[in-house]
Amino acid sequence: MSKELVNAIAEMREQDALELARKMVEGGSDPLEILDAAREAMGVVGQRYEEGTYFLPELILSGVMLNQIAEIVKPVLAKEAEVERHGKVVIGTVEGDIHDIGKDIVVFMLDVNGFDVLDLGIDVPAEKFVEAIKEFEPQVVGLSGFLNLAFDSMRDTVESIKKAGLRDKVKIMIGGGQMSDSIRDHAGADAYGKDAMAGVSLAKEWVGSK
Amino acid sequence: MGKEWGELSPDERQEALFDRWISPEGVEFASPEAEKLYKERTTRIRDAIQLKKLPDRVPVMLIPSFAPAYYSGLTPHDVMYDYDKTLEAWKKFYVDFQPDTHGGCVVPGSGKFLEILDFKLYKWPGHGVSPDTTYQCIEGEYMMADEYDAFIHNPLYYFYYTWPSRVFGALEPLQTLPPLAGLTEIYGAAGPFVPYGLPPVRAAYESLLEAGAEALKWYGTVAAFDKEMPALGFPAHQAFATKAPFDVIGDTLRGTKGIMLDIYRQPDKLLEAMEALTPMFIQIGVGAAKEAGNPLIFMPLHKGADGFLSDEQFKTFYWPTLRKVIMGLIDEGVVPYIWAEGGYNSRLEVIRDLPKGKTVWLFDQTDMARAKEMLDGIACVGGNMPMDMLSVGTAEDARDHAKRLIDICGKGGGYIMANGAFFDEVKWENLKAILDTVKEDGVYG
Repeated sequence: MSKELVNAIAEMREQDALELARKMVEGGSDPLEILDAAREAMGVVGQRYEEGTYFLPELILSGVMLNQIAEIVKPVLAKEAEVERHGKVVIGTVEGDIHDIGKDIVVFMLDVNGFDVLDLGIDVPAEKFVEAIKEFEPQVVGLSGFLNLAFDSMRDTVESIKKAGLRDKVKIMIGGGQMSDSIRDHAGADAYGKDAMAGVSLAKEWVGSK
Repeated sequence: MGKEWGELSPDERQEALFDRWISPEGVEFASPEAEKLYKERTTRIRDAIQLKKLPDRVPVMLIPSFAPAYYSGLTPHDVMYDYDKTLEAWKKFYVDFQPDTHGGCVVPGSGKFLEILDFKLYKWPGHGVSPDTTYQCIEGEYMMADEYDAFIHNPLYYFYYTWPSRVFGALEPLQTLPPLAGLTEIYGAAGPFVPYGLPPVRAAYESLLEAGAEALKWYGTVAAFDKEMPALGFPAHQAFATKAPFDVIGDTLRGTKGIMLDIYRQPDKLLEAMEALTPMFIQIGVGAAKEAGNPLIFMPLHKGADGFLSDEQFKTFYWPTLRKVIMGLIDEGVVPYIWAEGGYNSRLEVIRDLPKGKTVWLFDQTDMARAKEMLDGIACVGGNMPMDMLSVGTAEDARDHAKRLIDICGKGGGYIMANGAFFDEVKWENLKAILDTVKEDGVYG
């Protein structure tokens, strides 16, 4: 059944996937097994997105399916069940910018790829990023922005992180519609990701190297 | 011309609208120089678009967002709440930089108007975002997943009552108004009008009247600007704008998440809804072009960009009704002036399916060499002044980039230098460098 669930999700068959998940729960399957199947499917989705066969509709629908499956599984999921997380990311849209659709997709893809993500939301002042880094201790920081003003906001945020003596404790990635290598350079970040899966790859690479 | 509009071919209609734009009625030019500039600029752009003969040089257009405010040391809040400041700042911007067109001064809009009607679709300076930043759209589901049938069967009712009642807080009571379509005799005639006698709807209409008064005040500025700029030698770069039906639904009705899910969950309804929108969005463009005597109708494209949809999804959901709108406009002599925001590298093959010399395509992050190659002889191309270079590059970078674009895309005409995305704050010397380069190196022959 697990294999069928993986396929149903990966192939965007929403009704099949939800029905299977319900059947598995009713049949007494281990809820973690169900969630693992869902995550495996997300891995397939992510890969197909990188290969250029899946696009935004598939990322969004798979996310919605995953959330629904999590809801189906929740009643039988033991409270102590801890899902293994292999890295921590703090992410937010920089000060002055309230765009979040892209950021939310990145948060979601990081989450399903096994990262513990602290989403600071939108219009996040540099100090808030600094505080979050101190408390949450991520390996990776993601700065999202869409407008021209985000270029300087990102630079200011990286500066603040530097001033707080935290710059060498984190790797910083930037992303957003008008981001590029020149903006990465301008901001003093370590990398820029041109889409959600690039963000995931970067995070994996950096966490893997620690 | 002796023929009626209905007897003219699309070519003749396009010619007629261009003629009206090049030789406008009622413009008192400020000087013979201004008149000369106006005629040169409009002729240059027409020649770049029609692909019949080479223009004298590459035309250059600037399409800013709040850049003119920043250029005058003002904030977006300043210009949204003081219309005189808008007029002065926008005029100064165009007069100083001297591009070939002006882009109108409607970008700031009226902050007061938005307050009166309690606009929920955007946050604007002083209302949700800081006074020195641009307004920003709040994505969401303003049309619910189960409302397709109502929308398809009566899109006008949806746009008159349902949608405004969701995006304007003061107009929420409008959703209680029944359609008057059933009122065909005397019996019970007063019935449908009962809501108008109740406090909520009355308050909504009072807000409308107050909003209308403010709108009129704001419009006075826009009209004054639109009158003065041609007199100074600047043609308007557009009569008005329209959209792709997919974006109409995906931007501010269903939202990105909503429409992407609809592709899977209710594809037939989505397709039907876009068909229902098509005639409306053709008419928006045609009506405005005829009234303004300007063939250019702007079409910003959003959610069909690279990465948003697969090739199959683009060809099934995004392109068909977009193409219908484009062709509907072309049929009436209008020139769709299309801004393909994001990347269109994977779409170039599809968009070639258009008649020659009838459209302009401005690109943002698309490979310009490839765009020129694919659309050469079909459409006029432009765009690709990149934001990062304008904001953090040097004037030297800007100059080099402009030269490269002119070399690659200017060959044989059919090219307009323009920014690929709206810009707010950039390095002014970079902008100047681009304009200087076009005027020096963009001359043909």
